[in-house]
Amino acid sequence: MTLGLINANPVVHAKKERVARPADDPHADDAVDPLEIYDILLFFFSNIRDPEHPYSLEQLSVLSEESITVDEKLGRILITFTPTIQHCSMATVIGLCLREKLKDCFPAHFKVDIKVAPGSHADEEAVNKQLNDKERVAAALENPNLRQLVDECLYSSEL
Amino acid sequence: MSLSDESFQLRDLQTLEGHTDRVWNVAWKPATGVDGVPAVLASCSGDKTVRIWEQSPSSGSFQCKAVLEETHTRTVRSCAWSPSGKLLATASFDATTAIWEHVGDDYECVSTLEGHENEVKSVSWNASGSLLATCGRDKSVWIWEVLPGNEFECVSVLQGHTQDVKMVEWHPNMDILFSCSYDNTIKVWAEDGDDDWHCVQTLAEANNGHTSTVWALSFNATGDKMATCSDDLTLKIWGAELLRMQSGDSYAPWKHICTLSGYHDRTIFSVHWSREGIIASGAADDAIRLFAENGDGLVDGPKYHLLLKKDKAHDMDVNSVRWSSAGNSLLASASDDGTIKIWELTSLAGHEKPPQ
Repeated sequence: MTLGLINANPVVHAKKERVARPADDPHADDAVDPLEIYDILLFFFSNIRDPEHPYSLEQLSVLSEESITVDEKLGRILITFTPTIQHCSMATVIGLCLREKLKDCFPAHFKVDIKVAPGSHADEEAVNKQLNDKERVAAALENPNLRQLVDECLYSSEL
Repeated sequence: MSLSDESFQLRDLQTLEGHTDRVWNVAWKPATGVDGVPAVLASCSGDKTVRIWEQSPSSGSFQCKAVLEETHTRTVRSCAWSPSGKLLATASFDATTAIWEHVGDDYECVSTLEGHENEVKSVSWNASGSLLATCGRDKSVWIWEVLPGNEFECVSVLQGHTQDVKMVEWHPNMDILFSCSYDNTIKVWAEDGDDDWHCVQTLAEANNGHTSTVWALSFNATGDKMATCSDDLTLKIWGAELLRMQSGDSYAPWKHICTLSGYHDRTIFSVHWSREGIIASGAADDAIRLFAENGDGLVDGPKYHLLLKKDKAHDMDVNSVRWSSAGNSLLASASDDGTIKIWELTSLAGHEKPPQ
């Protein structure tokens, strides 16, 4: 899949320092902590490139700590990410990657909603609707081209 | 009958395990579960297979009798038995609809319907079994004529929806087709005198319709009411003057009767109206809810109330709820958790079955 560079000059942020967790971390139990999800996603993001750029998604500030909320009682996770530009055509692919990554990290009964940050995308409503239609997500992940793209994102972090 | 004065419970009879991915849809085989014929249920899944389950006459428990595999190459999204129960149609993300026939101990794929550009999402037989409808991501609805020798001929490709079409369903006793879509609307399709099919009505937000994807629809037994469910977290009840429609002199439009909101708090994927008048809904909140028409209050038109809710009916999203038409009060549900559950609706007063 070849795509022209849509955002040739992205704003690049410094990689963040990761804080080591003490052994007696209160969140080391089964409880789901937003910070923990952030760590996982950030680690994941820091090792994958934006499909359009040599920069990692972390450097492009696609995700911040505040963009993850967890309702432990109801078992719900809301992720809000910020596409690099308003017309980012990769927003749905980034969303698919996030969903697939989270699927591996948390109990299956957790409900995950993924949205683009308000005002961050020209087709915000359409992108959000598509990202949260599980039938379209399932169909997209069975599409060999999209699957390959998502897998490249997911597994490049393990290389 | 009055369903408002009684208390009911939904008893968990059995969990059917075997699928290795989410189960999208279930369908009871017609004319089974009555007159000594064991109840038969079909289920389809993201694991690309269809399973046939049969109730054992002695133990009453369901067992997997057949696995229909190596035909669809992607998710099987929907399945539907022909009215006679002779054929099973399955719609798949692989862009095909397969027709299966029960031959001896086996199910044989006797026909494959090709034409949709990509994912087929739903399939439905009309009341007489002479027509089949399919719909999918390509925004189109196809009508197929059932010919002798398991031949299927496309008689119409209906364009009108602006987004993928989630479900098609024929009216229970007239050749009128209904489709619902990601474009938030429900469309009604009818044939003019010249074998041409047209959209005769669109139920949109402006008609008190849904404000997000409409996932499913279902009719009551007489066919004068329709329930729809949506990503907007509501169920809607619609009505039409059936007698006027059946007399054939003019089309009687469907009108919004009421909206059931504030119950499910995530996408409602499935709705099904039992012969006895109970509406079941299944949603992404893992719950099943049952609604019934109030016995009173006909002054302002019919109203509906929550009969019961079953929280944590499944460990994950409930994708499909289906009442058996056999009058045995059985409900089947399918879930992302990979299982199908069989439920029995019983009255708490004396453990009697609800009025038939």
